[in-house]
Amino acid sequence: MPYRPLSLMLAGSSLALFAGCSTPPPDLDLSLQHPSANGRFIVALQPPPKPPAINQLHAWQIRLTTAEGATVQGARFTVDGGMPQHGHGLPTRPQVTQQLPDGSYLLEGMKFSMGGWWEIKLSIHAAEGVDKVSFNTVVAQPKAGL
Amino acid sequence: MGVVASRLGPALLAAVLAVVGGIGIAEGAIWGIERWTADERELIASLRLNQLAPAPADPSNRYERLPAAAELGRRLFNDVRFSRNQAVACASCHAPDKQFQDGLPLGKGMGTGSRRAMPIMGAAHSPWLFWDGRKDSLWSQALGPLEDAVEHGGNRARYAHVMQAHYRADYEALFGPLPDLARLPQDAGPLGDGAERAAWAAMAPAAREQVSRVFANMGKAIAAYERGLSYGPSRFDRYAQAVVANDPSAQQVLSAQELKGLRLFIGKGQCITCHSGPLLSDQHFHNTGVPPLDRSRPDRGRAAATAKVQRDEFNCLGPFSDANPQQCQELRFMVTDDPKLEAAFKTPSLRNVALRPPYMHAGQFASLDEVVAHYAKSPAAVAGVSELASAGAGHAERKPIRLSAQEISDLAVFLGALSGPVVEGKP
Repeated sequence: MPYRPLSLMLAGSSLALFAGCSTPPPDLDLSLQHPSANGRFIVALQPPPKPPAINQLHAWQIRLTTAEGATVQGARFTVDGGMPQHGHGLPTRPQVTQQLPDGSYLLEGMKFSMGGWWEIKLSIHAAEGVDKVSFNTVVAQPKAGL
Repeated sequence: MGVVASRLGPALLAAVLAVVGGIGIAEGAIWGIERWTADERELIASLRLNQLAPAPADPSNRYERLPAAAELGRRLFNDVRFSRNQAVACASCHAPDKQFQDGLPLGKGMGTGSRRAMPIMGAAHSPWLFWDGRKDSLWSQALGPLEDAVEHGGNRARYAHVMQAHYRADYEALFGPLPDLARLPQDAGPLGDGAERAAWAAMAPAAREQVSRVFANMGKAIAAYERGLSYGPSRFDRYAQAVVANDPSAQQVLSAQELKGLRLFIGKGQCITCHSGPLLSDQHFHNTGVPPLDRSRPDRGRAAATAKVQRDEFNCLGPFSDANPQQCQELRFMVTDDPKLEAAFKTPSLRNVALRPPYMHAGQFASLDEVVAHYAKSPAAVAGVSELASAGAGHAERKPIRLSAQEISDLAVFLGALSGPVVEGKP
């Protein structure tokens, strides 16, 4: 699956803005594909093709494979996250609602209520085992009109 | 130039140079020419009213864009017959000539409520209505006060009779024939007094459903009217547009003190953390340690509201909604169990905020200076946990808001630049 250059899509550019001097750590890992915490799975997140507007509900897709690269079927996920620099969680409770025909999972109910650094944390329960994974994304302020 | 300089003095000369040559003075000391970094310009630009997208469609109300529904809704909104004492209309607490609010700390209808009446402009942009978000649409919100004992205090059977007596033709043109109400009680409803609840329970289920549908349609008409209520541009918007256009002379629209306040607003005051976007609200719920009216019985805010909206028969997933369940994403993916919802309240828009004291969810503060001073103090919450970092405690997540008395004043003055007209437009 040819993933797009994901970190660029939501980050927009390194000039993404942060209110109140809350610049994300410069070494923040913005990769959207990496092994789960205990190495049991490889997890890749795919954001929507067009970056969603602030406060717009949207869906991501999750591709879940074993460390050996086999697609994991029938996994269950719990989703958490938030803004570490603002002390609040996600404004919604996203859920994986279905596994799509291509084997990826549909993560619905995603929403970012402001620009800045967001964490997306997944707990994964599958026949192959249980593990966790965490991703960072930087949501750009709207740039319209500049 | 030498002659001019001798007459004007150095300070004024600097101002003239700043305007003519676009020479910014650091920290904007003179005549409102403020230097902004590219990041700051982008933040300021993001708050402009002309960046506001159209209000999202409400799939649960298929009448919301019909002018005839909005006109019927406007009349219902102002009609005191929809109340127990024939004296309370929606407009009583949401007065069109008072920013669609009432200027009181607590709403006053049949009795005194427990929260501040909210303005209606821009409400169609919010997925959750009321301070605690216990309603998920404008039309469902409009129904709440009509049956609340301390607000309108009426009941839905009575309202259906009033609709039949005074609005039949307009109602039927929009929603189809009214049901036959002749054999139904004058007063009956699930939230009324004992006799009204008993009368409601005695009605056949089909009759209850018919009356509830008339009631829901009243809400949908009122929502169509409210959808057209919006904010017009403020002096801040003219300033922000001038910043974007790099037009120094047009930037004179804000005073030096207002500019200092704006710098604090987007910077160390951290206001923009929650008061973001063109409506200056993230439309979300936060506990910021605002003192409750009664410390022994603090208002639980959002924490007590999620169960209410889930079981509300007038929600997006309910029988009176026009949406299919797939469209009810806000309700389906609502956060219900986050401890941070305890005593959290919705971020209000700051547009026209200087025109509508007192402030906070129960009118706790009389002035904007008091409001900003609260954030500078960041007291611990009486109920739940404040998101704000207190000055003394090391809070890893967020920096404390530190403001001098002068800075508090600057911020409060800046908020006055967010005032503009109220616009009554099409739905």
